Amino acid sequence: MAKVNVTIDNIKVSVEQGNTILEAAMLAGIKIPTLCAWPEINHRPGACRVCVVEVDGQRNLVASCVFPVSEGMVVKTTSERVRKARKLNVELLLSNHPTECNVCVRNGNCDLQVVAEAVGLREVRFTYPDYSTAEYIDDSSPSVVRDARKCIKCYRCVTVCDEIQTASVLSPTFRGDGVRIGPAFNLPLLETNCTNCGQCILACPVGALYEKDDTDKVWAALNDPSKHVVVQEAPAIRAALGEDLGMPVGSLVTGKMIEALRRLGFDKVFDTNFTADLTIIEEGNELLQRVKTGGKLPMITSCSPGWIKFCEHFYPDLLDNLSTCKSPQQMMGALIKTYYAEHSGVDAKDIVSVSIMPCTAKKFECQRDEMADSGFRDVDYVLTTRELSRMIKQAGIDFANLPEGDYDNPLGEYTGAGTIFGATGGVMEAALRTVYAVVTGTNLESLDVTPVRGLEGVKEAAVEVGPLGKVKVAVAHGLSNARQLMDKIRDGSADYAFIEVMCCPGGCVSGGGQPIAPSNEKRINRAAALYKDDGAVQKFRQSHENPSVKRIYEVFLKEPLGHKSHELLHTHYYKRGTDLPHAHDAEFEVNDAKNKATH
Amino acid sequence: MAGIDTTHMGAGTEEFTAEQLAKVDKIISKFKSKPGALIPVLEEVQDVCGYLPMSLQLRVAKGLGIPVANVYGVVTFYSFFTMVPRGKHVIRVCLGTACYVRGGQKILESLVGTLGIAPGECTADRNFSLETVRCLGACGLAPVVVIDEDTHGQMKPAKLDKVLAEYR
Repeated sequence: MAKVNVTIDNIKVSVEQGNTILEAAMLAGIKIPTLCAWPEINHRPGACRVCVVEVDGQRNLVASCVFPVSEGMVVKTTSERVRKARKLNVELLLSNHPTECNVCVRNGNCDLQVVAEAVGLREVRFTYPDYSTAEYIDDSSPSVVRDARKCIKCYRCVTVCDEIQTASVLSPTFRGDGVRIGPAFNLPLLETNCTNCGQCILACPVGALYEKDDTDKVWAALNDPSKHVVVQEAPAIRAALGEDLGMPVGSLVTGKMIEALRRLGFDKVFDTNFTADLTIIEEGNELLQRVKTGGKLPMITSCSPGWIKFCEHFYPDLLDNLSTCKSPQQMMGALIKTYYAEHSGVDAKDIVSVSIMPCTAKKFECQRDEMADSGFRDVDYVLTTRELSRMIKQAGIDFANLPEGDYDNPLGEYTGAGTIFGATGGVMEAALRTVYAVVTGTNLESLDVTPVRGLEGVKEAAVEVGPLGKVKVAVAHGLSNARQLMDKIRDGSADYAFIEVMCCPGGCVSGGGQPIAPSNEKRINRAAALYKDDGAVQKFRQSHENPSVKRIYEVFLKEPLGHKSHELLHTHYYKRGTDLPHAHDAEFEVNDAKNKATH
Repeated sequence: MAGIDTTHMGAGTEEFTAEQLAKVDKIISKFKSKPGALIPVLEEVQDVCGYLPMSLQLRVAKGLGIPVANVYGVVTFYSFFTMVPRGKHVIRVCLGTACYVRGGQKILESLVGTLGIAPGECTADRNFSLETVRCLGACGLAPVVVIDEDTHGQMKPAKLDKVLAEYR
């Protein structure tokens, strides 16, 4: 690519043709404030006008995030004209933005606060509209809350929802000063095709999109002496919680996380990684059964509730391809109020089951009608990583200096295979380890199945599995990538036996409940923490070696895909389709793959 | 939300005749898989059905294979499209700068009073719809009211009754 020479604030830089002024300025060591731009997903709507600069020969100020450099260009980023314009633009953004910073969920982590500081704003001369919160706040969804009062129309959520996740729920509507970002017909989010993935929350620079906060309910349970409060934590929490509490990105904080949960008052600290291992046993056996009996292939993973709802909306014809296994969260929930209740003698009705998830879709999942196989709500409350972090801060726990705690039995022990569920490709890698061992009686030559690791959108691998021959598998993360594989299945060109899909780009390490804001660098670092847990920390690296898993089959479940498993660990799906507005779960046709496939 | 009558949003297709719906589907298939199809499709569908309620937007989205959020975004962006039934006659009051300073707002208020409907609404007998526009490019005639295809320049509230009588 040809280089061009530009001068920015008297600093000469040589940059690639086609670069924007913003990128050139970065090379010159100048950080231009931005609000709407998000280069990592190629989102540059030029909408917020915070990044304006003066270019010699241009009559008007230009938005540096979209304006390309050219040979000999001279740019000023701190002229009086630029400073005044930026300040005014931010002031105008704040002119209809509620001044509730102190009580806003994004207090201290808000891009609008950052740019207001960056442009030196100290006064807003305009008065705020008297918003009616009832009209502007949509809290219909158990996962994602929209507060249109705070929206600054950066269109990031629109790009993420439409291009990265292809759910296309959010769109700009109306025009001019009446523009509102929202679902078609201004429907409540609950009645749309929203997958509850929460990637829009990660994208939002302000507090216009956020998780539904359930911390008060959990505090209430913890403070209720009649309740026995049990908690599980997803794999990806231990790789991200630390960074929200002052530790470096990619810190593996398993022990501190467990200790913090104990100090918050949870009676038992179990681990979703245990049911991740259990998932591998159930799902691995389901795969082998489908292969042997000519069942529906490719089989697709079902751990990711955002993915499941996406599939129910957009691929209702392919629900038979989904594994009937519940997600590890819901398996754990069902076991806590049955197996653990029996084991401990605590009455299941007194147990409050809480899960800590990197995921907003899990909040929806735990409320699905059918997720009550224990006879109670299998999981009562789901907290995201951000909410747990909030509770830890509220409790005044000095997280970074905590001693290392250890999980409780019988639902806490896990292997490296369980922990890598949190990174894209992890379920596939874990499944291949166990399926290979079960079929051939020996271990894979290397337990590191590297072709399925990393951030490439769609990954493929082929493994020779003894008598089964070559087993072709594929892995997708992010729903636009999942769509590619689903379309191949639809047109009959997919020759895979097994597919892993994770709803969020990078997998759960960058789920919609994780610390804000996301980046590929963080995805890689958090995944590295999980692979470290797998490769260097855990004693066992294959799910079938987990002693607690062996034990639960001996004393409770009896056999994989057996009667108890069928009852507690497997599920069915709904043909939701895309018609609006959506009905209540119970009104959809059930796709009962569970009864077709396992019994 | 301002300007949208939610009672019509869920309106099923039952209020349209089979013939109308067949025309709608024909329009969709005529434009299907052509880039930039959405706006011409919506124009023609509105021409056939009079307005674009939720049911028709869903039909168009499904037919063209695009997200309904995009359809709704376009429908609400352009003032030409309407989600409420249009009257037999459409009254457009210009509130562009020139018309506004010469009394466009007073004419609008007068019409609101006479017809008993707000901008964006339709009279109960479905004879008149009332809309506002921002500049019709006829500033020399300000203030301007356009009824259907007829432009009425230099309007005054006192002249409205006589003009409306032509359309009753």
